[in-house]
Amino acid sequence: MVEETPWQQALRYANRANPYPFYEELRKTPVARQPDGTYVVSTYREIVALLHDPRVSSDPRKCPVAAGTEDLGEPAAEPIREALTEPNIITCDPPEHDRDRRTMMPHFVGPPQAPHLISDLEPDIRRLVDGLLDDMKGKTRIDAVDDFAYPLPVTVICKVLGVPLEDEPRFHHWIETALDALDFGPEAASEEIRSRQAGARQAVQDFGQFAAELLDRYADQPGPGMLSALVNEDGPEGRMSKGVLASNALLLIFAGHETTVNLIAHSVLTLLRHPDALEKLRRRPELIVPGVEELLRFESSVQFWHTRSALEDIDIAGTTIPKGAPIFLAYGSANRDPERFTDPDELDLERRDNQHLGFSQGIHFCFGAPLARLEVQVAVGEFVRRVQNPRLVEDPPPYRHNQIFRGPRHVLVDIDGIRD
Amino acid sequence: MTWRATVEELVREFRASGRIVIVGASLAGLRAAETLREEGFTGSLTIIGDEPYEPYDRPPLSKQVLKGWVPADHTKLPRMREVDADWRLGVAAIGLDRAAKQVRLADGEQVPYDRLLIATGTRARQWPNPDEAALDGVHTIRSRDDAEQLQKELAEPPSRVLVIGAGFIGSEVASVCRELDIPVTVVERGSAPLVGALGGVIGEIAAQMQRDHGVDLRCGLGVSSLEGDAAGHVRRARLSDGSTVDADVVVASLGSIRNVEWLEGSGLAAGFWGVGCDAGGRAFDINGVVTDSIFVAGDVARAPHVLYEYQFLAMEHWDNAVLGAEAAAHNMVNLEPNYRPHLLLPGFWSGQFGVNIKSVGVPPFGDEIVFTQGSVEERHFAAAYGHRGRIVAAVTFDHGKWLEYYGKLIEQSGPFPPPPPGWDQPPDVKPMPAEFPDPRVPTAIPDVVLTGHAPSERTAEFRPRHR
Ligand SMILES: Cc1cc2nc3c(=O)[nH]c(=O)nc-3n(C[C@H](O)[C@H](O)[C@H](O)COP(=O)(O)OP(=O)(O)OC[C@H]3O[C@@H](n4cnc5c(N)ncnc54)[C@H](O)[C@@H]3O)c2cc1C
Repeated sequence: MVEETPWQQALRYANRANPYPFYEELRKTPVARQPDGTYVVSTYREIVALLHDPRVSSDPRKCPVAAGTEDLGEPAAEPIREALTEPNIITCDPPEHDRDRRTMMPHFVGPPQAPHLISDLEPDIRRLVDGLLDDMKGKTRIDAVDDFAYPLPVTVICKVLGVPLEDEPRFHHWIETALDALDFGPEAASEEIRSRQAGARQAVQDFGQFAAELLDRYADQPGPGMLSALVNEDGPEGRMSKGVLASNALLLIFAGHETTVNLIAHSVLTLLRHPDALEKLRRRPELIVPGVEELLRFESSVQFWHTRSALEDIDIAGTTIPKGAPIFLAYGSANRDPERFTDPDELDLERRDNQHLGFSQGIHFCFGAPLARLEVQVAVGEFVRRVQNPRLVEDPPPYRHNQIFRGPRHVLVDIDGIRD
Repeated sequence: MTWRATVEELVREFRASGRIVIVGASLAGLRAAETLREEGFTGSLTIIGDEPYEPYDRPPLSKQVLKGWVPADHTKLPRMREVDADWRLGVAAIGLDRAAKQVRLADGEQVPYDRLLIATGTRARQWPNPDEAALDGVHTIRSRDDAEQLQKELAEPPSRVLVIGAGFIGSEVASVCRELDIPVTVVERGSAPLVGALGGVIGEIAAQMQRDHGVDLRCGLGVSSLEGDAAGHVRRARLSDGSTVDADVVVASLGSIRNVEWLEGSGLAAGFWGVGCDAGGRAFDINGVVTDSIFVAGDVARAPHVLYEYQFLAMEHWDNAVLGAEAAAHNMVNLEPNYRPHLLLPGFWSGQFGVNIKSVGVPPFGDEIVFTQGSVEERHFAAAYGHRGRIVAAVTFDHGKWLEYYGKLIEQSGPFPPPPPGWDQPPDVKPMPAEFPDPRVPTAIPDVVLTGHAPSERTAEFRPRHR
């Protein structure tokens, strides 16, 4: 048997809880060609350079391997992408990307159009977090994922977008099904993952159908939230087509909760593993702002991204990424790159110059970053303040299958009580 | 004690009980003071500023403040950390005695220093005829007070504003006027707005942008005189072609003058172009000898830049004030070989007519330009400037996220024209003359590249070209 590359090992499910030793190995070759022809970039400096390089495409349709025209490796077998007929802002290049992002931005954040939209959500978010913590009163054991990390982002994103919260169980199921079949590691070829893929394709189609129907409803009768606004209002550059809008709606529903759930879960887990940091945050609540940035660096919600490819030969770090090659940018590794961050494996809530890649950089910089920051700051800040004597029950906890949106499935915590 | 130990002891002692004076209590002065404390300087720190205010930020003055979004007194610069200092605000430094190591103040006091930082910046060039400049309604914008007064008058609103000079600040004022729906005439002696900073090709685009927004733009013309009414309020301007413009507010944005007069007789290399210093912020004397105790930062500094053939560049940019101050302050409390160079790639941003204009590098150093990304028609684009086959600058209109890429290419002395992007290419990617008014004669030196990524690591490296 051929020995697995550090990247393949990092992607094995068995290593989900701790991929970092493999990342460390991986960084010895900043741009590492994989057996399937993918180029994995794992060092901070090189990732940043590629994020800003206009010869790098984010559009999978432009990548011969990923588009399935060549039978090379697994990326072709990605059901989510196949099921979506239209690109969204994360899977297309300028000028489409810029135009669609500009159209969506005013309805989400961004001075000057709506400078207060996100900050005005704070009272709601506080109420939600308070409610979740109140519900824990009387319990001695909680699940920081199911009882805390999950409900908050879902409720918030539904409100922001204008998606009925009653539909949440349906799309929760679709997302889980799709994610469980999305595998980039050696196990992708296994019978189990292959058998999940048909279901995943169906789930994404159902999800797309759901989004399309919702948009149709808003076209008939405008309602609250961003989706209705996008259906009904002309931006400076006109209106988005229904297909593109539906695809972006999926992206936002999906990204708006998946990543934030994992971030909150990981934040709780990380703080429980670092009692000094937890204590410090309890004593100095104002550290929550830099603290969340550090948590984003420490356990990136998006471990890597997989839709990029080279449109020209690109010389970087002594390697030439050939035209047409898929490029995976390993954010989770870059955020622990000792060339960029001193003592990267230490958690330092007061870290200076912490320009982590937890939200990426460049034109695809996370659209939802301001919302995510606010949610996590409130959630983690209140958890630390109110939960009495929290103790991890199981370390490491069980992890979810997916590698990109890496996160614990459950984080069981024993507690003494909930403060007011 | 060894010689080295003695030196180290002296540095420690200086950090503990030395006396540092900063002249200029604005962006560069404040950031330098913070850095000094950050670096463990616990001696006495005196900050002298002729303005009565605590350090405030200037970029909003010609933007948010004029629009009325932000009151002029809400522009105070955020403090990055505690600065325990003796603030002497509202009093100017009027002389420097290097032999006695004293700064002379307008109130007669002498302030002794062991090390001095000059951060006196620039001031606005006034309308040259003093009687006309004194008319009510005639403005320049540099200070909080300037912006406050002008904002009040714009809120009236005036029947027409005349902007003299279409550099960045003049163009921003014109843009604000249009946003406030005030008729505005812009008179520019050059062929187009922004032509000095960005060249004629971009200038044409800026001109079109102004016209599309209803600015009455008159290029290739000067204002010869301003006329007031009986009450001493400006009412009319006479232009060099004999025509007149009726306006009750006039904004002269004629560039800046470096605040160096107080250094006269000090023997420093201070003059029209600023105070000459090395890349570490150490001031030169008039003989070109570097001083040990006097440092310079911000708009008033003028230092050789490795990427631009060691020409002495004065960079009147926000980033330059911050990073130059940090480097100078670091060097003030350290010794060789721990000096840090200030090797910033110059950069500028400006918001006007709904477009975010940003540049990196030194565009006037280039003689060619090529559009590399986006669409000029839609005013979302990037363009690169070249000089002798290498990229020396870039400008973006609503495409700022790409600036970092061009900055890297510039630092690496990358080729011009740069490698073509994979998508979103403008139809015409052929280099053309950039049309700067004052082309320079190139000299022959090998390429220099910047290495390292943290400010403390950045150094220059020679990479002789083999063609
Ligand atoms: C209206 C406006 C808009 C701008 N917009 C932008 C922008 O969009 N982007 C950008 O990059 N840059 C912009 N700039 C430039 C930026 O503000 C300057 O680069 C920056 O302020 C320089 O800081 P400094 O500390 O070197 O100088 P200054 O801010 O000029 O400070 C110097 C200080 O020293 C004081 N002083 C002078 N002489 C003496 C003396 N003898 N004794 C005591 N004190 C003295 C001055 O009064 C002043 O307070 C703008 C500037 C202005 C005026």
